Amino acid sequence: MHSLRHRARSPSRRTFLQTGVAGVFVLGFYLPARAVNEPEQPPDNTQGKFAPNAFIRIDRSGQTTLVMPQVEMGQGVYTAIPMILAEELDADFGKVVVEHAPPNDKLYGNPTFGIQVTGNSNSIRAFWKPLRAAAAAARLMLIAAAAQQWQVDSASCSASNGTVSHASSGRSLSYGDLIDAAGAQPFPQDPPLKDPKDFTLIGKPLKRLDTPNKTDGKVVYGIDAMLPGMKFATLAQCPVFGGKVGRVDDSAAKKVPGVQQIVVLDDLVAVVGDHMWAAKKGLDALLITWDEGANAKINSSDIWNDLRAASKKDGVVAKSVGDVAKVLPQGERIDGEYELPFLAHAPMEPLNCTVHVTAERCEVWTGTQVLTRAQEYAAKAAGLPLDKVIAHNHLLGGGFGRRLEADMVAAAVRVGKNVDGPVKVVWTREEDIQHDIYRPVYRDVISATLSGGKIAAWKYRITGSSILARWLPLAFQNGIDIDAVDSAVDNPYDIPNFQVEFVRAEPPAVPTGFWRGVGPHNNVFATECFMDELARKAGADPIAFRIRMLDKTPRLKAALQLVAEKSGWGQPLPARTGRGVCAQPSFGSFIATAVEVEVDDHGEVHLRRVTSAVDTGIAVNPDIIVAQLQGGLIFGLTAALWGEITIERGRVRQSNFNDYRMLRIDEVPRIDVHVIKSGEDPGGIGETGTTAAPPALRNAIYAATGVALRRLPIDRKALAATGKA
Amino acid sequence: MNLKINGENRTFDAPSDMPLLWVLRDVLGMTGTKFGCGIAQCGACTVHIDGKPVRSCLLPVGAIGNRAVTTIEGVGATPTGAKVQKAWLDLEVIQCGYCQSGQIMSAAALLVVTPHPDDSDIDAAMAGNICRCGTYVRIREAIKHAAGDGQT
Repeated sequence: MHSLRHRARSPSRRTFLQTGVAGVFVLGFYLPARAVNEPEQPPDNTQGKFAPNAFIRIDRSGQTTLVMPQVEMGQGVYTAIPMILAEELDADFGKVVVEHAPPNDKLYGNPTFGIQVTGNSNSIRAFWKPLRAAAAAARLMLIAAAAQQWQVDSASCSASNGTVSHASSGRSLSYGDLIDAAGAQPFPQDPPLKDPKDFTLIGKPLKRLDTPNKTDGKVVYGIDAMLPGMKFATLAQCPVFGGKVGRVDDSAAKKVPGVQQIVVLDDLVAVVGDHMWAAKKGLDALLITWDEGANAKINSSDIWNDLRAASKKDGVVAKSVGDVAKVLPQGERIDGEYELPFLAHAPMEPLNCTVHVTAERCEVWTGTQVLTRAQEYAAKAAGLPLDKVIAHNHLLGGGFGRRLEADMVAAAVRVGKNVDGPVKVVWTREEDIQHDIYRPVYRDVISATLSGGKIAAWKYRITGSSILARWLPLAFQNGIDIDAVDSAVDNPYDIPNFQVEFVRAEPPAVPTGFWRGVGPHNNVFATECFMDELARKAGADPIAFRIRMLDKTPRLKAALQLVAEKSGWGQPLPARTGRGVCAQPSFGSFIATAVEVEVDDHGEVHLRRVTSAVDTGIAVNPDIIVAQLQGGLIFGLTAALWGEITIERGRVRQSNFNDYRMLRIDEVPRIDVHVIKSGEDPGGIGETGTTAAPPALRNAIYAATGVALRRLPIDRKALAATGKA
Repeated sequence: MNLKINGENRTFDAPSDMPLLWVLRDVLGMTGTKFGCGIAQCGACTVHIDGKPVRSCLLPVGAIGNRAVTTIEGVGATPTGAKVQKAWLDLEVIQCGYCQSGQIMSAAALLVVTPHPDDSDIDAAMAGNICRCGTYVRIREAIKHAAGDGQT
């Protein structure tokens, strides 16, 4: 596993981004900051404030505004990142407020990606040291300002809770009183960071800053943007991917009360009305003939046939250790092939974007994980220069990777160009599901041999889409997608002869994108399912088998030992009931998860209990970590039990929550999460549960029934009792 | 058209077949009630009609008549609603929060009828509310906490 290596150096506005370096996702390359004219943007007001860098604004009242580069989509960064900053700034956490950063890659780019992006469970990892350095520098400037005023040595002063004190004279000044003088201090070079033993905020389960307004309806998501004179629109895109609008008969739609306008574009039709109801009724009343195009012939079976054929070819070698070609043929070879389906994201907040487009400018209101990219898409769609586009971000009603794309912004702007005044474009749930950018289908082929109860050789071939080749082309080098091989090349087990290959195979018609768990979601599934098959071959307990090969990964070993203890591993269970485990080194965190299930005679799977042991390094806010695991596990269980998007005649069959099933409260078992104390730098957490749950579930089913399922979602028919348990 | 919403009389123009959800959100600007699916599958749009939980995405506004409408913006004025909101914060139920208006409305309605719900009562009352972030474990705990039956 890689770790963030970061030198704390002067994080001034200008030089801040240069301090960014590699994280897990990286890459060893760094995108240069784009040379753009900085557009007019929502308030990032520094007037009358101490603003030592892009992130910190302290006003005369002592209110400390943190300009947040990362977006809040439930994962807790609007609390955890302020905790990190307030810790190193010694701010009064009660006076901390959070403001969305405006689009600006130079100031707010994610150090790992070079652009403003929230994803890959990396917010805390990417900003852990840069933000602490920024805050430490600000604290030193405030202390220097007070020392200067008192004419004492800075070293004799200290800061705490938003106040600088001089202990020997008993004097103190609040940060608000020091802002003018602090702004005049030189910017400190290499500010020392606190020793973790001195942390007063980090490590505490502090209350979230974003949740109070989420209990009383005051919270504003993108879909809640309201503007004077606003119109409301909804749209229909060609049900077949890539298809075009043929003919539109709008005579009935125009008669629907409240319908104002019908916008017909090349590939979609939108109805604009007084409210969503008028727009929706108008859309239903349209008679649209689609020019479906060549993709109308494509079915899921074609896509799987192509993928299976591609998976038989040699891939590009992403990692090779020892001599797999020599050792694999020695001894009894075990093979496994694992398949994952297309998945939709289905965030609870359907896709939406509000726009106001005129000949001179374009203003956009939405919730996005990629604010600068949203701005760029809007500019391109509007045909305006970037500095004429104002983009407002919001809290996200779920992201899960769907809002790492800006297609909805482009579509809304294209509609809005034809509308006089502001218009809110809201996707119906059906459009949201049927025009997603889908988690790709994957097929993983693994071969291994055992020797002395351990793995002697391991050959692993991933076949699937390269999302990075489209999304961040610089990260797709020499045929290797570093996301697609994540958690495969860094397999945690000690295997002397080891090879990982990647075969890029893009599915026809279906657009593919990141989905919670990203590359590791696929690779941990295949790896951990196969580990259980190997354990059975070796006649070993699945946890004991893994632990044999984890001497070089002690943090994962410890997590496995803890989960064995906490889950009741090894204790007797009733018939057709079993426990399964997953161990993963993904996203810089070491997590072991045990799932306990009962499989009834019809093949239905009943969840009984889930237990996770988590070493995520320093736990910035342990309660948020527990919450992310609980929720991430449910997200992963949902996918494993129900998630599949299928393609019929070039279109998605599923359409809403009736046929794209979500786990509900009555199906969710007890979930216990144990956070292991650690002094390591923080790891990622938001996606880890989603990655952990499917293989642990599948292995529990394997233990309960003896059936080694090798594809998701769970096939109940294969699990029905056939007379012998 | 007239409706009594959160104790106030509201007058507006809307076709009688228009679902209450869109009246609240797009006509009255009360955006706390959420659109999730449009087919009463997810519960994000849950409001109370005379105290009972109803999916506003399918409820024609013309069918409400004189009955009292309570939304997430007003539920805190009821003792049970306030208790539920507080429990949601005490136990840090919320993640993205988009479904939570509906979750809170369903939970508040449950506790009025069943002040001390057991797990099966909670399952029955809450299974119509989807949470994509997976906050169900804490929703269950928070309902018990609001009922004074929690372990914490």
